[in-house]
Parts: sequence; structure tokens; C-alpha cells
Amino acid sequence: MKALSQKRRHPLAAVVLLAIALILTGGLYAVATASNQAQAASSTTYTASDIEEGQKLFVSNCATCHGLNAEGTVDGPSLVGVGAAAVDFQVGTGRMPMQMQGTQAQVKPRQFNDEQTHQLAAYVASLGAGPTVPEDEHLDVTKGDAANGAKVFLANCAMCHNAAGAGGALTRGKWAPTLMGVSEKHIYEAMETGPQNMPVFNDANITPEEKRDVITYLKAQEVNESPGGFKLGSLGPVSEGLLIWTLGLGIVIAFTIWLTSRSA
Amino acid sequence: MAHHVIETENNYQARTTTGKITNFVDTRVGMSGIVREFGRKIFPDHWTFMFGEVAMYSLIILILSGTFLTLWFNPSMASVTYDGTYLPLKGVHMSAAYSSALDISFDVRGGLLLRQIHHWAALLFMTALTIHMLRVFFTGAFRRPRELNWVVGCCLWLLGIFAGFTGYSLPDDVLSGNGLRIVDGIMKAIPLVGTYLSMFFFGGEFPGTLLISRLYSIHIMVIPALLLLLMAIHLFMVVVHKHTQYPGPGRTEDNVVGFPVGPVYAAKAGGFFFIVFGIIAFLGATFTINAIWNYGPYDPSPVQAGTQPDWYVGFGDGALRLWPGSFPWSWKIDLFNHTFVLAVLLPFMLAGVLVLFMFTWPWIERWVTKDNRVHNILDRPRNAPFRTAAGAAGIVYYSVMMIAASSDLIATHFHVSLNDVAYVLRFLWFFGPIIAFIIVRRICLSLQRKDRELVLHGIETGNVVQLPHGEFIEVHKPLDEYHRYKLVSFESPEPLAAQPNAKGKITGAEKIRARISKWFFEDRVAPVSPAELEAAHHHGHGTEAVEAGPKPTGSLGGHSHN
Repeated sequence: MKALSQKRRHPLAAVVLLAIALILTGGLYAVATASNQAQAASSTTYTASDIEEGQKLFVSNCATCHGLNAEGTVDGPSLVGVGAAAVDFQVGTGRMPMQMQGTQAQVKPRQFNDEQTHQLAAYVASLGAGPTVPEDEHLDVTKGDAANGAKVFLANCAMCHNAAGAGGALTRGKWAPTLMGVSEKHIYEAMETGPQNMPVFNDANITPEEKRDVITYLKAQEVNESPGGFKLGSLGPVSEGLLIWTLGLGIVIAFTIWLTSRSA
Repeated sequence: MAHHVIETENNYQARTTTGKITNFVDTRVGMSGIVREFGRKIFPDHWTFMFGEVAMYSLIILILSGTFLTLWFNPSMASVTYDGTYLPLKGVHMSAAYSSALDISFDVRGGLLLRQIHHWAALLFMTALTIHMLRVFFTGAFRRPRELNWVVGCCLWLLGIFAGFTGYSLPDDVLSGNGLRIVDGIMKAIPLVGTYLSMFFFGGEFPGTLLISRLYSIHIMVIPALLLLLMAIHLFMVVVHKHTQYPGPGRTEDNVVGFPVGPVYAAKAGGFFFIVFGIIAFLGATFTINAIWNYGPYDPSPVQAGTQPDWYVGFGDGALRLWPGSFPWSWKIDLFNHTFVLAVLLPFMLAGVLVLFMFTWPWIERWVTKDNRVHNILDRPRNAPFRTAAGAAGIVYYSVMMIAASSDLIATHFHVSLNDVAYVLRFLWFFGPIIAFIIVRRICLSLQRKDRELVLHGIETGNVVQLPHGEFIEVHKPLDEYHRYKLVSFESPEPLAAQPNAKGKITGAEKIRARISKWFFEDRVAPVSPAELEAAHHHGHGTEAVEAGPKPTGSLGGHSHN
């Protein structure tokens, strides 16, 4: 201790102190942010042959826009570090490969089967750490809490996806799609990776358990019978107004004509 | 001085029980006089005359179902923890108002059905009322002596909007709170007094803790009382003025052709009430309306996709959506330490222009035409092309604003850009009414010309015959006189030139009036005159005719045959 206190006025003491501080804050930051990232490739294991096959598929189907090494071109972003979850979502819902360039990738019948999707995911995951395909435990709606899910959903998702998950419009031709009929895995991956115009809801923002709650709420919405009768698309007052002006007024007019036809 | 003769003695003794009861009532309150007067009122029968009735019945259903809802609804913004049967909201903190609205929907027997009946009845009330107003407008039923009743009707329309909006705001879910936030913004945009108004209305800063109970008082007491009062005045005036009727043989300005109230018409109207109730109950039992459980309790932070008002408030919401916020400059000005939020003020003033025209149209028309006569015979819309075209322009103006309130749903459902929807609707907001005016007026004039053609030449039979000298003609069947009467018995005002006033001076206003009159009527099509008809019949005996008779100035009504 004596040596340390003697050296504290050494010309390099400030530099050493600064270095220690930087390492400390940087290290803490790294630890803190690591918890925001889904753990890399722990649940799903990819073999070397998966990666190799995935690369072949990638080069023949994706490289036109994303570049031969997935480094990105003017037509498509870099896929280094997007993770297996992004691939599983985009390819698994048929959005990728895109049918055409546009404001947003459209859902269409998927082009690759589960095995090919797995291989593509393996290849992209090998390029850099990123969110992984969620484990089944986080998708099990029997373990979720629908009431908490409703709270999280209404606070974070309903502004774009509508209170009933029916979807909504964004600016300049973009949109938030309906969440009815979307699989548990894809809902989870969408929150994790933020596809298209969606923001990323990482695990620090919405924990894996809360994500499961949201999925539980949405799945409950799907199977719940509507207590009030036909839902009219759960679109709110517009479809109600449309119904009263068409069916409602139509029935009224039919009766008025019937009632006055027998007078003369 | 008139003397009231009071019968002190009544020797009549009824034989049956019913007779005794009616006689008892009659000798006390004079029912027979009322029945004699009112029971013999004549109402013409036409399906377009029944929408006011539908609105009235909807109002009765609203009061019945609303009374049921008041038995359960708790208009309080006190915070409670929801503990009802709807699982996704269990344990969530919310206002007592929202909690009780959820209880009505899930835990009160028949509550959801009554809530949905109440809401569907509100939509049908406003729909029927709107159709009724359009019928009155397009047939010219607002003309003397019914101008004031038109104004009462317009007030009923406004009250209906307020009734609907206050009701929509009561459940205190995110949807209703979003609507109230807009009302707060509109209030604050009113120059000078806006902030005070908002603070008084909400009892402090939005949303406060008083609002729901205040809206509740307005919704269940003030507005229904005013609605019933104005409806009574409206109906009283209908009785005083007698009902209008469509033109037809035997129908004049001095009579009403139709059926007396008692007994068949009253029975029919009573039955119609139950039909309307049945239609609303069918809607309430079959179609979800305002699924409040989806929205969650109100919290000022979230705004959900697909947040819209009920259709009849849509034109206000749409006007706000249509006005650009920052193009080509930020729509607000600061003057004398006050901020004028033009992005809110201007669209509302534009929506207000329509309401102003609506209220004042009877006087505008009277001023332009100088027609101060009593009109009990209705116009066929085609026979008043200027009015029909102006009404169509108003409908387009209103509809564009209303449709703009659903711009986001148009964007998602038709796969177009939200911004493009706004651009197209902005164009239509200003140019749509002009286009509609021109097109509808042309359609009316063409229909009038078609009527002239029918009267003069009869109906084409499709039988082509060859005359002895070789000419081919098509045989036209003349109209029967009842049909013909309908087509010729209308007035076609001519442009009225500017006239000097008592001092012999032509005022500036009079010149404007003359110009509008010319604009309205210069393209008029005159009804077929007896002379023209005579000429047509003499020529070719109803097979082919040349138009004769006086040609109105600037008329496009005639065309010559060679």
C-alpha cells in the first residue's frame, strides 16, 4: 500500500486511472447489454452441414439482394448479426424471398420447407451472433398469463396492431398486419427481431415471460367466442356504421315499402 | 268573448262495460273531442315519409334500453380493481365506470344485449334522422310554412350528435378516452377562452376525475329532455301544418290525400314501432357493437390503431385528419400572446359552413326565388335541379369528411398508402362538391327532358310500321292522363332579374341575388304546356311530334325533329 500511495503523484497515474475506469464501465456495459440480447445459438444447434447447405440456398435465392456474403446491397440490408430468429420469421411466414420490392414484404405461401428454413437460419446465424429461434418453453401458452399479456399488449402493441390485434395502417403505404392466425413462434420472433417497420422489443424491454403472456392473450383472443355476436372484423365504429347504413337501413326500407304498398 | 259551455248533466247511459268506461273518461276529460280531431288527421302514405317515424321509435327504444343501463352503470372515475368474469382484464386497475360497463356486458343478465340494443338504436336513430332530413330537403318540404320545423329538425340532428358522443364517452375505455382527448384539443383551440373552457369542462387538467359523472348527467338528463321537447315541438308543428304530399291527380295545395290516423293508420304505426324494435333487437343480438373489453381501461398514453368515432361524428374527425399539420407551414399563428391553432380551427370552420348552410337553406332559397307562397305539394327532386344539385354537393362535402375518418382502414383494406388516401380526399373535399353539383344538375335536367319527351311523344312501343307511301315510323303509345299529370304538374322558376326596391334603387345584394337566380335557373326545362301538348297531338296523332310553344330563355329543353 505504501508503494501505491507513493506512486499516486506519478505522471502516468492519471492515465492508468482513466484506463481502469474505461475498462470498468465498458465491461459493465458489455455485461448489461448482453442481457438485452437473446443468447446466441443455445437452444437450436446447427451442424456444419446445415450451415453449408444454408449457404448454398442463400447464394441461389437471397444473394441477389443481400449480397453473396450477406453483406447487403442497395436492394437489401446486411444480414450479419440479424440472427436465426429473423430468418425463421421472414422465411417461415413466406415474406422472404420477397415477391417484389415495395414498402413492406407481403405474406405469401412459404417458399422453403422447415428443413431448408432451418439451414438458412443456420447459415445466417453463423455470420454473427443474433436472436435465436425461441425455445418451446417460451411459446407454451398453458404457462402464460393472459391478463398480464393484455396489459402488455394494450400498452405496447395496440397502437399499431389495433386493440383486438386486427392490424392497422402506418404512413406511406406501410401497415401493421393482423395478428390473428399468426403462430406462437412467429409472434415471439417478431417481437425479438422487429421485422419490417416494427420496433425491436428485446428481452430487457419485454421479458421472455411477458412475451409468452402476450402470445397467450392473442391466442385466447383467437379461440374466444365473441360474446356480442359477429365481430365485424373487430374494426370498431367504421364497420358498425357501414352495417347500419347497409343491412340496418336496408331492412328498414324493405319494411316501409311493404307497409305502404297495401294502402291504395 | 267566447263562452265555454260546461255540460253539467249527461243523460247518456252506456250498456256495455267498455261503453261505461269510455263514457266515464269522455265526460271527465273530453276524449271524444281529441279522438275526433286527431283521429281524423290525414297522413299521406309513402314509404319515404316513414324515416322520421323510424327515428322517433329509435329514440323511444334508446330511452327504454338506456333506463335499464342506468340501473347498473356507475358513473365514477374512482379507481377499482376489476374482479368480474372477463379474464383478460382480471386484476387490472380501472375506473369504476369502466368496471361497471364490463359488469353490464359480462355479469348482468341480458346486460350485453341491452347495451348493444342501446348502441345500435343510437346508430339507427341518427341514420333514420339523416335520411329523413335528406328526404325533406330534396322534396322541398322545408318551404313555407315549414321553415321553422326544418330548423327544429336541424337542432334535433345536432342534439343527436351530442347524445351519441356523450354516450360513446361514458365507458371510459381507451377508445372513448381518445375521443375525449380530441374534444379537449378542440376546446383548447378556441381562441382566447379555449383553455378556460377545457379546464371548466374537465374540472382541471385533462382527464381529471369529474368528467364521467358530468357527461353522465348531460347524457341521461339534459340531452334526452331537450330531444323529447324538440321532438314534441316538431310533431306539434307537423299537426299544425299538416303533412306534405307528392304531386298527383286530385292533390292540391289545399288538401291532404291519405288515410286518417284512426283506426288503421294508428294500428299500422303502432305495429311499425315493434318492427323497428325487432330490427334493432336483431342487430343487438347478432352483431357486436363497441367491444369495450378489447380496448382496456383509459390511460392517456396509448392511442390505438383503428380509433374512430361513431359514424355521425366522423365528419368532424375526418376534417381534422384531412387538414395538413405542417404543410406548407405549421398551421398555427401567435398573436398578442395567444396561440391560434389553425390546424384545428380551420377544418372545424369548414365543417361548420355545412351546418350553417343546412340551418339557413330555406331562407337562402326564399331569398333567391322570392317565392313566399305556401307549399304543401312536394317537388320531385329532378324538378328542382338547382336544389338537388346543391344537396348532392353537400352530401359529397359531408361524405368526404366522414370517409376521411376511416382513412386508415381504407389504406389497409385496399392496400393503398395512407398518405395517398389523404391527398385524394383533400382534392375531393374541395372539388368533389363542384363536380357533384355539375353532374347532378345535368342528370336532373336530362330526366326533365326525358319527362317532356314522354309527355309529348308517349312511350316507345318498339313497333315499327311501314306507311303506305313507304315511310317507316315507330308507334308511340300516349301516356294515360294520371301518368301525364305527374310529369307536367310542376313549377319551373325562371331567372328573376334584379328589381329595384321601394326607393327605386337596385341594391348590391339584389344584384348578387339576380346573379344567383340566373345561375340556378338559366338552364331550366319548362313543363309541357297544354298548347305544346295540343300541338304534339295534332301532328302525327301521337306517333311523332314537333315541339312548339314558347321557348324559355336559354332553354335546352327543346330539340327539333327533322
